[in-house]
Amino acid sequence: MLKNPELSPEALRDTQAYREWGLTDAEYQLLTDEVLGRLPNYTEAGLFSGMWSEHCSYKNSKPVLKKFWTQGEQVLEGPGEGAGIIDIGDGQAVVFKAESHNHPSAVEPYEGAATGVGGIIRDIFSMGARPIALLDSLRFGEPEDTHTKYLISQVVAGIGGYGNCIGIPTIGGDTVFDASYQKNPLVNAMCVGILDQADIQKGQATGIGNSVIYVGAKTGRDGINGASFASAEFNDAKASQRSAVQVGDPFMEKLLMEACLEVIHDHRDVLIGIQDMGAAGLVSSSAEMASKAGSGLELNLDLVPQRESGMTPFELMLSESQERMLLCVKAGAEDEIYAVFEKYGLDAVTIGKVTTGHQYQLFHHQELVADVPVDALATKAPVYQREKKRPTRLNKQSHHQFMPRLVDATGTLKKMLQQPTIASKKAIFETYDAQVQTNTVVKPGSDAGVIRIRHTDKALAVTTDVNGRYLYLNPRVGGEIAVAEAARNIVASGGLPLGITDCLNYGNPEKPEQFYDLDESAQGIARACQLFNTPVISGNVSLNNESNGEAIYPTPMIGMVGLIKHQRDITTQDFKHAGDAVYVLGSTGADFNGSEIQKMLTGKISGELFDFDLVTENQNQRLLLRAIQKGLVASAHDVSEGGLITTIAESCFGQGFGVKLTSELPSMNFFAETQSRFVISVTPDKQAAFANLMEPYATYLGTTTADDQLFVQTADQAFDIKVSFAKQLWEGALPCLLK
Amino acid sequence: MIFAVPVFPGSNCDHDMVNALRDVLHAQADLVPATTSDLTAYDAVILPGGFSYGDYLRSGAIARFAPVMTAVQAFAAAGKPVMGICNGFQILTEAGLLPGALQANRSAKFICQTSELVVRNSQTQFTTTYTENQHIQLPIAHGEGNYYCDDATLAELQAHHQIVFEYVDNPNGSVANIAGIINRAGNVLGMMPHPERAVEAILGSTDGLGLFKSLLANQGREVTHA
Repeated sequence: MLKNPELSPEALRDTQAYREWGLTDAEYQLLTDEVLGRLPNYTEAGLFSGMWSEHCSYKNSKPVLKKFWTQGEQVLEGPGEGAGIIDIGDGQAVVFKAESHNHPSAVEPYEGAATGVGGIIRDIFSMGARPIALLDSLRFGEPEDTHTKYLISQVVAGIGGYGNCIGIPTIGGDTVFDASYQKNPLVNAMCVGILDQADIQKGQATGIGNSVIYVGAKTGRDGINGASFASAEFNDAKASQRSAVQVGDPFMEKLLMEACLEVIHDHRDVLIGIQDMGAAGLVSSSAEMASKAGSGLELNLDLVPQRESGMTPFELMLSESQERMLLCVKAGAEDEIYAVFEKYGLDAVTIGKVTTGHQYQLFHHQELVADVPVDALATKAPVYQREKKRPTRLNKQSHHQFMPRLVDATGTLKKMLQQPTIASKKAIFETYDAQVQTNTVVKPGSDAGVIRIRHTDKALAVTTDVNGRYLYLNPRVGGEIAVAEAARNIVASGGLPLGITDCLNYGNPEKPEQFYDLDESAQGIARACQLFNTPVISGNVSLNNESNGEAIYPTPMIGMVGLIKHQRDITTQDFKHAGDAVYVLGSTGADFNGSEIQKMLTGKISGELFDFDLVTENQNQRLLLRAIQKGLVASAHDVSEGGLITTIAESCFGQGFGVKLTSELPSMNFFAETQSRFVISVTPDKQAAFANLMEPYATYLGTTTADDQLFVQTADQAFDIKVSFAKQLWEGALPCLLK
Repeated sequence: MIFAVPVFPGSNCDHDMVNALRDVLHAQADLVPATTSDLTAYDAVILPGGFSYGDYLRSGAIARFAPVMTAVQAFAAAGKPVMGICNGFQILTEAGLLPGALQANRSAKFICQTSELVVRNSQTQFTTTYTENQHIQLPIAHGEGNYYCDDATLAELQAHHQIVFEYVDNPNGSVANIAGIINRAGNVLGMMPHPERAVEAILGSTDGLGLFKSLLANQGREVTHA
């Protein structure tokens, strides 16, 4: 291309143009001196810039990720493949993974979010699984801001536009608003799939002479070197980098998904491996497939289906055009595979083959344009042990718990219900198809989404969660709480937690204080996972979530899946009848630092995070699960942001029942965010058995009523409000703010 | 009664429909590709929901040219029952088998919720198991469900009792709260709500069963379409 002539190897060295792609001088030196023993050409340096980006190589986070607990007898496939896999019995397995699309969504929110969803779906079906559910964990700035309103509406539209069209239900997720995310929103998408264990696929290219087949959409100039873009720190100048964002086509992906699943199910004897072309596109998928198999690979780039003319090898290899997959197929069986894709009107072209040796060779216009060791690309990125320093913000923390002074308890509740993070997210999730595939038992808006597994008595509960404020005040304990709360959501739905995926969203790891947050919280997550027996089976890392030098709250999104063994155990948060007994399981302290009420009353969070005990948490969860499995529970709702009174109100809203409750706690404690608690309702005939089982951990508060009144007498004053009015405030807040 | 459920590229409620028919109603149902040109072996056709051909030009606008639609035209002309759900309804209006058109929702957003409907005509072969003015709960999930027709067409629809379902609380801006209509001959029904999503208590409602049960009960019977 005349406009952008490729630099010679010498010019690349002299101008240090590789820096623009995210390669450091040291990495360039490593490449030149040790990996190649010569100067890399333009294409080769480009390949390494993509493959050695944080997004592809985890070079900054590997030492941290090693601390995660990934064991457990239920794990069939841990981190490393497209997605992790967990055994759910009867020869079936659940596959899940989450991925962040933060930077693309900041620049081009509709396509950024849409392609985030598209990418995670490909990860799931590349394992051989049919995707059955989507969730989205979103973090935005305060919704009063005009630009934030724009981001919210476009991100939400992008998620819906993709998921609705492809026909995978969006059954949950979480949305939080905080100024910390104003310029760096977080868009984390999670996909869950199900498969027969016999269908498990691997992304590998083995067998000398076997064919590498490109399938799906043609390659264009969108998202060129997006992995490097996503891995770099964000600033205002970058806001113009819209060309680094991909464009999604859910219709194409629907066809691609059906065709790939057909190949996996009906042509498994000739299919060797299959992998999504995600971050760093063609180079990443092909190099990883060859490296995992210990093979060499040769590709002829002239054969790559292209939607633009004059594309260079650099562009072809680093394009992140969407809806593409790479297959490795037994030599001679190509036609059989072509026929499947032709039925769906899709391109399927053999672009290369598995070779002897361990070289990765690219040909373009009959010339060898890249010749590098496969492993150097896929596994030999440098690994950095970053420096860690306890942040000043933690050293300066006050040891005192904030104490809200409540003059008007009911008025405070009204205000609380209208906080954007607390308010109903119906305006968002009602734009997602939650029921397609007709397996959705519990729709978004409950603690966890629940999908039944057809033709069995089982169901899966799925949730996403993390409270970045807690991590900001104490990264390690905040990490423990993130896992604990996800597990609490699963248990409240009647499920046994099985495992997690994560999106680790942090600031720049080269800053010791930022790396401290990442490392500490990973240890918190690891400890909690081990205790709950929920191994980490997949995930992604998104670093450099900073804008103009300011990092977001440390936000490790936890996506958790739980197994509900019998569908009769599926439990929701809504009170079910009048006259049921209402209990709170777990004790309530005066825990306010980092709470929603601290934010609401003082405008910010501060102080040392309250105490948290994982053992108590686990014990309370086990107790509730046992009560549910014994059939003693009518409703269960985990107590989280906004405290006990918010939880009680939400349980009233579902079916419009009131409550008449009495407590010895002062009214302010009803907003405390002490962990390890649930609000549970029990029908009168089960009350004795329930109380017996829960003694002394659950406290009786009173009963549900048929009248439209939430009444809670506390030690000092009463919460007293019409349920319908409170619900109106809660449901009306977000649509009003987003106008 | 054997049902045909045509699958267009981009259909995504095709399996849901067949699952409802087979697993819940124990009826015989086949998925048939959009390239099929002969439906004579079937007793009823149900066009499923989804995003046929990505709905990129206009919902249903490309699907109407699929070979199977020629067969559906012939099937309908022979007086056999045809039902279009959601995208299926959009395809039926594009194909001219039902009057009017489906526009983008008034909110310009996709809406997924449970909507309350009134059965306005329980005398069709699709609705005899309901009672006149019965209220039922069916899920909706669409971005372009805002039914539009001109005044003259609306007067025709009303005069011939062709409005079968109305929304109680109009979610999308449809003319006269229309959620579903039938053709003059009484054998082609189109509706935006999804009855196939409301056939099992565990999924929240069984109010959709009535449509399929009516069809099965009325097979071979003359239903007076008032």
